[in-house]
Order: sequence, then structure tokens, then C-alpha cells
Amino acid sequence: MNEHYQLKVNGVEREVRDSWVGESLLYVLRERLGLPGSKGACEQGECGSCTVFVDGAAVCSCLVLAASAVDAEIATVEGLNPDGTLTDVQEAFVREGAVQCGFCTPGLVMAVHHLLDTEPEPSELQIKEALSGNICRCTGYGRIFAAVDAVIADRKDAAR
Amino acid sequence: MSRTTMKTVRTDDRSATNRDVLGTNALRPDGAAKVKGEFAFSSDMWAANMLWGATLRSPHPRARIVSIDVSAAWRIAGVETVVTADDVPGQLTYGLISEDQPVFARGEVRYMGEPIAAVAADHPETCRRALAAITVEWEVLPALVDPETAIAGGFDPIHPDGNVIRHQRIVHGDASATGAIVVEGTYELGMQDQAFLGTEAALAVPDHDGGGVEVYVATQWLHEDRKQMAKCLALPEDRVRLVLGGVGGAFGAREDISLQVHTALLALRTGRPVKMQYGREESFFGHVHRHPATIWMRHHATETGEIVKVEARFVFDGGAYASTSSAVLINGVTHAQGPYRCDNAVVDGWAVRTNNPPCGAMRGFGVVQACFAHEGQMDKIAAAAGLDPVEVRLRNAMRTGDRLITGQVVESVAPVERCIRETAALPLPAPIPDQPDALLLPGGSGLTADRRHIRRGVGWGVSIKNIMYSEGFDDYSTARCVLEDGVATVKFATSEVGQGFVTLAPQIARSVLGVDDVVLDTIDTGIGSAGSTSASRQTWMSGGAVDGACRLVRERLFEHVGRAHGIDPLRLVIEDTFVVDSMGSLRLAVSEASAGLRIDETFEHHHRPTEDLDENGQGNCHVAFAFVAHRAVVDVDPGLGLVKVVQVATAQDIGRALNPLSVVGQIEGGIAQGLGLAVMEEIIVDNGRVRNPSFTDYLLPTALDAPEVVATLVEEHEPQAPLGAKGVGEPPCISVTPAIVAAIRDAIGRDLVRVPVRPQDICL
Repeated sequence: MNEHYQLKVNGVEREVRDSWVGESLLYVLRERLGLPGSKGACEQGECGSCTVFVDGAAVCSCLVLAASAVDAEIATVEGLNPDGTLTDVQEAFVREGAVQCGFCTPGLVMAVHHLLDTEPEPSELQIKEALSGNICRCTGYGRIFAAVDAVIADRKDAAR
Repeated sequence: MSRTTMKTVRTDDRSATNRDVLGTNALRPDGAAKVKGEFAFSSDMWAANMLWGATLRSPHPRARIVSIDVSAAWRIAGVETVVTADDVPGQLTYGLISEDQPVFARGEVRYMGEPIAAVAADHPETCRRALAAITVEWEVLPALVDPETAIAGGFDPIHPDGNVIRHQRIVHGDASATGAIVVEGTYELGMQDQAFLGTEAALAVPDHDGGGVEVYVATQWLHEDRKQMAKCLALPEDRVRLVLGGVGGAFGAREDISLQVHTALLALRTGRPVKMQYGREESFFGHVHRHPATIWMRHHATETGEIVKVEARFVFDGGAYASTSSAVLINGVTHAQGPYRCDNAVVDGWAVRTNNPPCGAMRGFGVVQACFAHEGQMDKIAAAAGLDPVEVRLRNAMRTGDRLITGQVVESVAPVERCIRETAALPLPAPIPDQPDALLLPGGSGLTADRRHIRRGVGWGVSIKNIMYSEGFDDYSTARCVLEDGVATVKFATSEVGQGFVTLAPQIARSVLGVDDVVLDTIDTGIGSAGSTSASRQTWMSGGAVDGACRLVRERLFEHVGRAHGIDPLRLVIEDTFVVDSMGSLRLAVSEASAGLRIDETFEHHHRPTEDLDENGQGNCHVAFAFVAHRAVVDVDPGLGLVKVVQVATAQDIGRALNPLSVVGQIEGGIAQGLGLAVMEEIIVDNGRVRNPSFTDYLLPTALDAPEVVATLVEEHEPQAPLGAKGVGEPPCISVTPAIVAAIRDAIGRDLVRVPVRPQDICL
């Protein structure tokens, strides 16, 4: 319980003090840095609820040792709204009924942002494949697909 | 420490005719917090000076505890307390229907994963080390794992209450009636897990005087938890205060208590806040599951396919403790006929105790099991009578006024025929393309399928589901409404588990009171019980309570306006956001009418009474019923035994769509869970041992497994229901499972009698 290191989360250098070296990035974010938006539901990288970006890659933070993410740019769901307004993806999730219990939601929001950042006009199948690492037990995914479709359409309209 | 109070605020651009009243797609008041990661789930709770708790569990399905030595755990730095059964101050056991389950095992463990001890320490890792330091000496005992052995009396009681939890028989009409067509089958269902995403979690904060505790917990029923906790903790109920921590899904798994007593006990012992949170593996051991069942059915029908008699034998494996097994059994046997007329019945049902994992509530609650059997039988009757699956179901479809095999008359709206016809009218999916993307074929990303071998099949399932609790239980709900200066504050103890009651309650208040601003008070035990968020009951019961409280407030408002303006209050109505004289010209904004007033009313909604069943299973035991039809289309790779569910079409009897977007969410989500049971989800239990307690080995439907869902809402207002609406939560997951299995049978021409359908069931 005596590890000290720094993590750069959402653009801010944060001190991690008196920690155990075996702590996952998810644990450190939630329990040491006051960022509980990333959720833990399986602890083995199956459900995607803990999705964060490490140097731009979408990863399950439950599988990353926090101490190994020193020097990386870490982005969490809390970093999506620096000015407090919802992103288009978040707004669409609420409007299209993609949120029920909401436990999978932060991870899915991150996964959708990651998908649309890398592939702005994904096919239906690309969407399903990109989200297949995020398990939702409430919605059956239908309203989540509707939210993704709405964002793609809105972004297309805005680009015209 | 976090508290969640949701406030919905009128948006400026919302026109007077576009208010979030009943019937609209009002949005979740907690939606923004949830998409931002700011919503406080019970696992996000935190308190200054907090300790972590953890539970030691039995590695054996059945064993005698020779000794427990916790001294080494006490010596670990950071460990603040260690508790066992000896430290439980009150009643040593708890339970929903019978109090037969130990808080901590004493003397003997009866299932793998049964709690033995708990620790509180400064860090989760310290907790793990402390649990590892506890030494238990075991004498492993032979386990009772076969339900038939329990029924036959071939095993000494594994619990003082015996090995049979409940037996119920139904005899109705002419037991000797016969028909020209006789079909029979034995159907089996594996053990399904609710697999909510937010695992069990609670934060307990002891009172300063040590004589009480406040607990933030994810649960389905705050007051029932409190009742059971107070007994075990030997505290008066008013010193155990429960606040709903954000709930990450439930589906039945939070109806029984899990870590509630343990967390509170650790907090009371240490005098410090204690948080407990299960990991996924522990969650598989920490809550009850859907009952595995074996159901034999024999139907007699006329040569034209009309049902004459159903005979059935149900066996539900309840596992080590009773939980709700006795009620699940009653749901199963009383739904043996399905949504079909049937004048004669002989049904026998057993719920038994074994050393398998305890089973209890899961969405569908006994009816999922019954439906899988009766729908298999309907297809057999169809085949014998030369009818198609739709025609045989239409020919037997139940109507309002028909009598169930319990003798109860179905007074609910019963649009079974309409559900079937409207489902049949929905479009079928496009045929498999000649050059399909392999991801869409059975086997998906395994890329194993060869298009030429894929066979497509279509199957049907139709179901009836009781809503609300049964057998004489008065499961009321309470709500309070305060109107002050045009703002309504609504309070209830209704667990919001994701279903959207927090969306519905403000819709009700806006419709009844003509207000726009509705504040939802904290969901806690500071008001009377709301009953459980289960049995598809909260829209009806808590919706009825909120509606009733708002109506009482409206009456008082009308009295006030009537007095002030010299008008008979009976002439006043709410129109939009105004109090309006229906026979005159007065038109007063509700905000103005309520200025300076504070009207505070509480209402309890009770459904009509129900009765126990007699020894022949006769009695008006259920409150009301909802119906649904499903048609499934599947593609099957017969060589590898893999299935892709392509489309599910459904028409559901919902009474009235109070929030169509929420209804669709329940339908799509329920279908995904029913799909899971049909083709992938099963807790594998081998001689009492769970072999797959993880999301790596317990498979759940992903985005790639989700079928296209096409749905029609059948809206025929239910006169008994306070808002005209039936519950919509359970029906979507009931008949979709048999529909998918029927579609697989249709594709490969093989009789499949067990779910989940495994590859070897198809290809070997």
C-alpha cells in the first residue's frame, strides 16, 4: 500500500498515493480519483461497462493495471462534458430510450463515440460488431441502435 | 454520501399541447445523469471513514462445519471485524415466504456459495486476505441434487423443513375426458441467471448511538428488506432505515435479500460505515436464479384441434432454500393451459429442496417454464390435426369470461386472438441473401457457416401471465403527493430498477393535476410500502397509488377554488395546465390556483382481494392477466448446431400505452432475455457445483445476437386497472423462448424438448 504515481486523466495530471500496485485502472478511477462514471460489472473484460480510452484506444479499464497507464492519455466518461452539456451521443441515448437501468450506459456511450470517431458512417453490421463488446441486459439493444442511427443522421445533416 | 433526487423541469420550448403527460414518450428524468456517469448506483456510494466488507462462502454443496477458526483473520492489519453466525444478534434465519435461510451457516452448509462469515477491513484486498486466513474444517456430506429423489422421499431431510417445499394439485372438470388426438411430451428448462449488470451493493451507516442503521441498497422491495433485516439485527423496524441506492437492473434477483444483513451487521459491529459489493462471480452465488424445471404434459384434443383436457406434472428444483419457490410453483401449475380454453385438467406440481443453488424470482416467475411446455404441445396438436401453428392457437384462444383450470373466470381484457392475428400480419424478414455477411449467419464471428447449408425456420409462442401477487396477498402500494405553488412533489418507496417508474410517476401527476413541474422525493422507507418491483405490478399498483394521491390533492384544490369563486367544486376540471369551470367561464392556471397553498395527501392502492387455492387447486387466486404472441424466424446451421435468431414479431396486450417508448424498451429487452434462455443462457450445475459463474462462461446476448424486433401494441383499456394499463415487463420474455425453439424445430425437423438448445441438441 505504498505506491505513488501520476495518471493523466481527461487532460489533468492526478496523483495516486499510498496505493496497492495490483489495483486496476477501474478501481483507481472509481475509488481513488473520484471518477465513478466507469462501471464494473464483470472484472474480466466481457461486458464493456468500464470502457475508457487509453491513448485513444477503447479498453476495458478493469483489465488495465493502473500503474501501467502512467504516461498515457486516459479519457473517461466524465471527460465528455467539460462544459456540462451532453454530447450528441449522450443526448440521443436519452431521447431514443437507450437508457433503462443505465449501468452499461457510460461504457456504451464511450464505445459509440469511439466507433463514430473512427468510422463516421458505419454500416448496420459495423455498429453491431463495434458494440458487441458492451453487454446491456435491459434494452435488448434496439433503442441503442436507434440512438446510434440518430447521431449518424444528425451529424450528416449538420455537415450539409 | 450520495443521494439522488430527480427533478424534472419544464423546457421552455415545450408547447402547451406537448406536455409530458400520460400517453407521451416522456423521457427519463435520470437519463442525463446516467449517460454522463453521474447517476449514483449503490456501488458508487461512499462515506467518510468507510470500510469494505466481504463474505466467506462455502466451497461445498453440502457439508458439516466441524470448526471455524477466524483468529488469523483478526490479526491482519486493517481488519476491523470478523463475524459468523455466533454474532447475529437476532433471528438467525430469513426468507421471503418462509424464514428458512441462515444469515450465516451454522453447523451445516446446504449449497455451494452459502455465506459462512464476513469481514470488514480498510481495503477490498485486505478483505480478500482476511477471508483466505479463515480456517474452516469440513466434513463433506453427500448432496441431494436430484429433484425426483426429493419427491420420492429417498433422501433424509437436508433441512428441518423437509425436502418438499410445496406440492399442489389441480383437478378441474371431468378428469376422465378424452379426445381423438392425444399428444404428450416432457420438457426441460435449465437454470437461467438474471445477470443484471450492477452487481449487489450496499452502504450501511450506523447511527451514532449504535442502536440503528441507515442502509443504501439496490433492491426491489425496501420494506420487505427492512422487515427481514430488523428481525435478524434485533432492532425495531424504525431504527433500520433503507434508501434506494441506484439499481443496475433486477429481473427478480433482488427480491430476496443478499448482503443487506451482512453489511448492516458489519457497520453496527465496527461503528463505521461499511460498503459491500459483490464481484460477478460472487453475484452468481449471491442471488437466486430461475428454477430449472421438468414438465410432463399430455393433451387431449378433438380431431379438429380443440383442447379437451390437459394433464401435467411440474417439478421445480428450488435448491437449498425456499425463497419464492412455493409461489413460482403456483404460477406454473395455474398457467398449465396457456392462453387457451380448457375445460378439464389434472395437474400435479412439486417445488423441492435440493443442495443445488437456491432458485426464486426471475422475470416470468414459473410461467416461463409452463409456457415452454404448453407451446410445444400446441404444435404437436397442430401437427396431429393437420393445422398450422397459427390456426390451432386461434381455434383455442381464450376470451374474457372464459374459466381457467382453477375455476377462476378471466375478467381481464383477453385479446388473445387479436394478439395472434396482429403478430401474423407483421412482415417477415427478407430471405437470406445469396452472398450474406458471415457475421449475420449462425456462428457469427466464428465465420463457420456455409450459406448453402443454412436452413430457415418459423415458430410461434403465445402466453398468458398473471400480474400482481396471488393467493390472498394484499400487495398494496403507497404514494404521497404535495402540491405547493404549482409544483407537485411525489413520494413513494417504489424501487426504480430501470423499468421507468420515475418517468411514469411525473406523467401521472402532470395529467391529473395540470402541473408541469414535478419533483420526485427520495425513494426510501420514509413512507409506507410500495410492494415489490416484480410481477409486472408497479404500473398498476404504484401507478394507482400516485394517481390516487394526486386525485385527492386535486379534490382539495377544487374545493379551495370552488370556495374562492363560489362554484360547486364538482363543476371543476383540469384542462391542460388550468382549472376550468366546465359549466362557466372560470379558467385559472393551476400555479395561480395553488399559490400560497400546501396540499398534502397520501393514498394506498389495493387491488381486489384474491383467494388461496383449495386442495384441488380451485380458487380465484390471481388478480389479472396479460397476453402476448410471438413469432420467431431463425437461421440454423444443422451441421454445427448453431442458431441465429433473425427476427421476432410480437403483438402484446398492454391495456394502454402510458409511455410507448418505455413499452417498446420492455418488449425488446424481454425478447433478448427470452432469446438468451432459448439458445445460450444456462448456469451449469454439476453435482451441486456451479461450473460457469462468470460472463466469460455464462453467455449473454450481445448486439450481434439481437434479432430484428417488430412489435404491435394491442391497446384495449383494462377496466380493472387504475390507469387502464396492464404491466408490460414480464410477457415479452415468456412466449418468445418457445417461439424460437419451435422455429429451430421447423428448420431442422427435430423434436427439441430442452432449453437452452445446445449445439449438440441440433447436430448430434
